[in-house]
Amino acid sequence: MHGLINRAIQCFVRDTCGPDAWERLARVAELPPSGFEAMFVYDDQITERMLDAAVLLLAKPRDVLLEDVGTYLVSNPNVEPLRRLLRFGGETFLEFLQTVDDLPRRAQLALPDLELPAIEVIGVEEDTFRIGCRWAHAGFGHVLVGMLRTLADDYGALVLLDHHGCEDRVETVTVQVLREGFAVGRPFQLASEGRAS
Amino acid sequence: MTPPVILGAGDGDALMPLHMRLSPCGTILHTGPTLAKLRKGSTLVGRKLFDVFRLRRPHLTGASPQLARLIRQRLQVQFREPPETSLNGLMVTDATGESLLVNFSFGTGLVDAIRDYDLHLPDFAATDPSIEMLYLIEANATVLDEWRRLNLRLQSAKMEAEKQAYTDTLTGLRNRRALDHVLGRLVDAGEPFGVIHLDLDFFKQVNDTLGHAAGDHVLQVAAKVMVQTTRAQDTLIRAGGDEFVILLPGTVDHGHLLRLAERLIERLEVPIPFGDDLCRISGSAGITVCHGGGKPADAVLQEADEALYASKARGRGCATMYRAVKGAKVAPFERKPAKGDDGPTTAASG
Repeated sequence: MHGLINRAIQCFVRDTCGPDAWERLARVAELPPSGFEAMFVYDDQITERMLDAAVLLLAKPRDVLLEDVGTYLVSNPNVEPLRRLLRFGGETFLEFLQTVDDLPRRAQLALPDLELPAIEVIGVEEDTFRIGCRWAHAGFGHVLVGMLRTLADDYGALVLLDHHGCEDRVETVTVQVLREGFAVGRPFQLASEGRAS
Repeated sequence: MTPPVILGAGDGDALMPLHMRLSPCGTILHTGPTLAKLRKGSTLVGRKLFDVFRLRRPHLTGASPQLARLIRQRLQVQFREPPETSLNGLMVTDATGESLLVNFSFGTGLVDAIRDYDLHLPDFAATDPSIEMLYLIEANATVLDEWRRLNLRLQSAKMEAEKQAYTDTLTGLRNRRALDHVLGRLVDAGEPFGVIHLDLDFFKQVNDTLGHAAGDHVLQVAAKVMVQTTRAQDTLIRAGGDEFVILLPGTVDHGHLLRLAERLIERLEVPIPFGDDLCRISGSAGITVCHGGGKPADAVLQEADEALYASKARGRGCATMYRAVKGAKVAPFERKPAKGDDGPTTAASG
């Protein structure tokens, strides 16, 4: 698994539960004591071990944990660059939604060795989309639900999200956009105001 | 031949939000919505192209370039008034011949333009790769930041590892490996320096009678004495067991070095309390100097070593300058026996 993904989970635990929780998790799951390097690639089993231990340590079901990771990824100021990169997808949430299947390709433009699930977006109705997520590692669909839910808030859209489980390694998520401009979203400027570190 | 394209109202603006139409004499007739946005509060329509822009490429002579010479050329223009944004462009004549059409893009000034004019996704044509470019610039900057941080971490880890590799963990002084490194550097640089080779006397007795813990304590106290007696730029090395080497860059004065060594020995002879016991040691020193150039590192060490053995031979607890031994008949192993195991001999200056 790419270090960026492991690091994302590490930062989630550290920023939402505190550095002590992360240290405990690292000890229990035998993770690198100094944490993950975002630019390295790690054995897949390390990620599984970390998630299993996090489920026990944080006392959350795996689905909920992964959805929380998704929420964290687009809302925490420490990972603001990711939210910005996602917002390049479209001016409105509906527009963004239809470019979700570009995400893995976009990510690979910047990081060619970053493996992400194959994503397919199918329009069911004008305001409803079915998103298929195919990956060897189960659970990304829940991360996606967390990300989409939070991004909808970011755009100020009111949406209905559902995870329909996993079949043949494909997780299905449906999104219904009830109202665009339901609330005032967070502002987004195309050009960044200096780099967040 | 396919018939000429005739666009409906607004189609040109949707396809090319950064375009303008000109009369054959260069008066601006119409601007696309994004281009209009670049000059807030002033309308471009009705003005002359080269009153608004300076032509940067191609380089044409004459105050007012002829439009005909610019058709189907790669253009670069720049606003005359701030923000002086540069635009890349291409000009063609329309099928009627009654107007000229110029389409623009931002090129490398994209990021500044977006900031200066607060542009958003709809300001760009769907076919314009500018947004992809922007995305890539930002993604690359983020990745680059990550690499930079990783490199910093690796760099400091490397420095820490190197420091550890050159440090004697018991005393905190440098170790044998550092001696070769620092001495080699001084010799290579041709710098003048002094060397004091110091051996603790009666250390083995402390170790044998009071145990290793006492021995370790004595070594630590001796190291502290050396640190306090020397300057920050001197390198203190525990070369092994109870053997120390002090490298003193820039110090070649014999009298100064002898006095320093004697002061060191004097302080080492102050009994060191350990639990209920008092550890008594002394030191013997051999000194040499290098005036820079010519003398290889191992020869320098050899000289200091010979001088040290001369000190031992003279009864320990004293310092000897290498020059003093040269030619003198001092048999290296003809040492005076120590006055028992319970204390140092008195220091005698050489």
